[in-house]
Amino acid sequence: MSGHLLEVRDLRTVFRSDAGVAKAVDGVSWHVDRGETLALVGESGCGKSVTGLSLLRIVPRPHGEIVSGEVRLDGRDLLQLSERDMRAARGNDIAMIFQEPMTSLNPVFTIGDQIGEAIVTHRQTRPVEARKRVVALLDQVGIPDARRRIDDYPHHLSGGMRQRAMIAMAIACDPQVLIADEPTTALDVTIQAQILKLLRSLQDELHMGMVLITHDLGVVAESAHRVAVMYAGRIVETGGVRQVLRDPQHPYTQGLLQATPHAPKVGGARDRKLAEIRGLVPSLYDMPPGCAFAPRCPKAQATCQAVPPPLSETTEGRNVACYFPG
Amino acid sequence: MTRLRTLWRHYRRNVTAVIGLSILGLVVVMAISAPLVFPADPWEIVSRPFTWPFQSWAYPLGTDALGRNVAAGIFHGARVSLLIGIVATIAALFVGVIVGAFAGFYGGLIDDVLMRFTEIFQTIPSFIFIFVVVAIFAPSVEIIVLAIAIVSWPPITRLVRGEFIALRGRDFIQGCIAIGMSDMRIIFVQALPNAMAPVIVTASVMVALAILAESGLAFLGLGDPNVMSWGTMIGAGRQVLRQAWYLTAIPGIAILLTVLSLNLIGDGLNDALNPRLRGRQ
Amino acid sequence: MIPVILGIIIFNFLLLHMAPGDAVDVIAGEAGAGDAAYVAKLRAEYGLDQPLIVQLGRYVLQVLQFDLGHSFRQNMPVSELILDRLPATLLLMLVALAMSFLLGLTLGVVAAWRVRTMTDNVISVVALLSYATPTFWIGLMLILLFSVTLGWLPTTGMESIGAGYTGLERIVDIGRHLLLPAVTLSLFYMAIYTRLMRASMLEVYGQDYVRTAQAKGLADSRVAFKHVLRNAMLPVVTMAGIQVGSLLGGSVLVETVFGWPGLGRLAYDAVFQRDFNLLLGVLLLSSVLVVAANLIVDLLYAALDPRIEFK
Repeated sequence: MSGHLLEVRDLRTVFRSDAGVAKAVDGVSWHVDRGETLALVGESGCGKSVTGLSLLRIVPRPHGEIVSGEVRLDGRDLLQLSERDMRAARGNDIAMIFQEPMTSLNPVFTIGDQIGEAIVTHRQTRPVEARKRVVALLDQVGIPDARRRIDDYPHHLSGGMRQRAMIAMAIACDPQVLIADEPTTALDVTIQAQILKLLRSLQDELHMGMVLITHDLGVVAESAHRVAVMYAGRIVETGGVRQVLRDPQHPYTQGLLQATPHAPKVGGARDRKLAEIRGLVPSLYDMPPGCAFAPRCPKAQATCQAVPPPLSETTEGRNVACYFPG
Repeated sequence: MTRLRTLWRHYRRNVTAVIGLSILGLVVVMAISAPLVFPADPWEIVSRPFTWPFQSWAYPLGTDALGRNVAAGIFHGARVSLLIGIVATIAALFVGVIVGAFAGFYGGLIDDVLMRFTEIFQTIPSFIFIFVVVAIFAPSVEIIVLAIAIVSWPPITRLVRGEFIALRGRDFIQGCIAIGMSDMRIIFVQALPNAMAPVIVTASVMVALAILAESGLAFLGLGDPNVMSWGTMIGAGRQVLRQAWYLTAIPGIAILLTVLSLNLIGDGLNDALNPRLRGRQ
Repeated sequence: MIPVILGIIIFNFLLLHMAPGDAVDVIAGEAGAGDAAYVAKLRAEYGLDQPLIVQLGRYVLQVLQFDLGHSFRQNMPVSELILDRLPATLLLMLVALAMSFLLGLTLGVVAAWRVRTMTDNVISVVALLSYATPTFWIGLMLILLFSVTLGWLPTTGMESIGAGYTGLERIVDIGRHLLLPAVTLSLFYMAIYTRLMRASMLEVYGQDYVRTAQAKGLADSRVAFKHVLRNAMLPVVTMAGIQVGSLLGGSVLVETVFGWPGLGRLAYDAVFQRDFNLLLGVLLLSSVLVVAANLIVDLLYAALDPRIEFK
């Protein structure tokens, strides 16, 4: 057994529909430690969000299904838990915030109600106590005038404030791991920086492991310790954030970085296009037998088309899934 | 033509929708063939009264309290139901589409006035209104059609208005305005075909509702006294419900199946015309 | 709202005006006198010789004072006749409304909960059939089954005449009379609510905030009953306002089938007595009831959805 806080091994999640079976997450492995931030990077549709939902086992049913793999939190495999135990872990040991603060809060309940619900559910706290805790949480995430704001409905709040409320909800029960799925994508640039800063300081305070799902390399450079690059449901490259951004080994990662106008700096532009890479992402319903990137890859050879390259270590802490790295 | 073929390809995958179409097809055949299969007047007394169904080859659905042929009534009733349902719907579509198109396309004051007007008709309870109109004027097929049409158009107006408001912002309509195309041409040639899909779906349900309304009127004795209607048959059967319940049951089932078939067709069209829903079910 | 009511009153006036034979014809007909001078005198007395616009103005003023004219057949003010029958119709309507709402909501929730299972299919078929069945016909079939064949429930009226029930006994008696008409009247809308609620639940289940609620670790039932239900109910509540008009229409048929002494029955009788004042009084009052119902629905909607705020 490893000593990592959260370890994902060979996770596979599929979506079934009339069109066939889509392998949204196709054998993904990575880990994150306490106080560490792992960035899951890739274009939309690469399976990074589904990975996040799979960790909490809230992949939309009946179409989506986790087929195999392990998700070990502190050594305990979440995929093996009963639904009841999993429920106790959700929002308690492992929490998640989402991309759209506009739609991720229920419009007909106050934010105090929605945040308090997490506390009451997991801590069996009396409502009065829960309310005090909610005020403290709102303070902690930087919502001014928390005592009044607690009775506001989501539509009273700006996007940034809603995302802060979402964060308050997620950290309400001191989770060990926080999954942040594109937490700043829907926000204005100035607000983005504030939210990222808030997440970093909360991570220090609470000593959480964080999984930051994003397509924005600026966000990665600013907030992550390590990076895992996903393409078409698979991890193509992992490593320390500096190593990967300065010296990408996988042709896809290289393409990503080239497509980014300048070396990513703090507070990346909101709509930075990730992929100006030639060609299209293959359909998840109809994946090529070999490397999924081969059809678009400038270096592709016959081997690439035939057998998918395994993710293997090149240097210390560096893994690349490519026959011709560098 | 290809669009129609695509529509059919999606439609026929839906089993219940195909069942609906088959039932309606049967009703249409009954309506068309009524004068051939039962050339005699359905009001004519042909046999002794109260022959139960399946007792006699000549009168498979039996005879009523006066000795009239129930099967003939059902066939001729199909004509009346379909005729009133379809004509009333076409009339309502005509008014509803025009009012909705103008309100949605022009917006502003025109929209306000037209929608207020629509609201009045939507507020008046429709069946009571039909009932009052038919009572005031003579109960004839024309008046019944008119009354049903008058209460049926507001939902179409709202639908078309919504579509037009959405279309108004689209590039191709803006383009038409920019090149100086006349409003009437934009509304009826450019925009309207793009707004018709939900209208077609609603139309099939409107025919169903019109048939229900007509049968209710006829049941209350406000049907056209010159034509045989399923509602009239139920109204007459009701008097002898205890002795001969089949006289009430049979025409009721005829209405039920016809209305059901139209609703199924509406659902099927909705699924087939709405690409967003395709593959979901 | 006020322009709508005014519009309805004007519309009513025009219909009344188009009706063959005015009040004077009726009175003269009753008296059996065709004396032209007498008729003209009466006309002047009732203001029927005035220009149309003056008559309209007078009519609007009258109606605003709840004077709906005189029923010459029953020799009573129309408003009195209507008020006399209103409670019976309201009772029938409210019970039918509540039944269709509760049952439809429940069936819709269950169907969405068990979507694409046998349960869902059965509920959908029941809803489809109820939506296609003529109200009056299902009423007759229920009478045939429960009253004629099984003898469990009375066929007609609102209570047992001459039984002299009081207190609780009377309530039970009315309840027994009410059951079949209320079920009959509620079926059509139960079907609509079921379909609407099912679709609405499925729609809301796809919303981001439902995922948030799940991510919080809430039990499925709590997600369904707290987070989904309240939002899914919003379009259904809107529908309830529209239902009132249709229930009033349906009550004409149902009250006729079950001999229920309400407004619908009053309208039916008015038609065959050619009592147009009374008939249009019923139409006007029903329209006002619909307006009132829409107002209540707006308030209810605002209570359910905090995004709606009153100025």
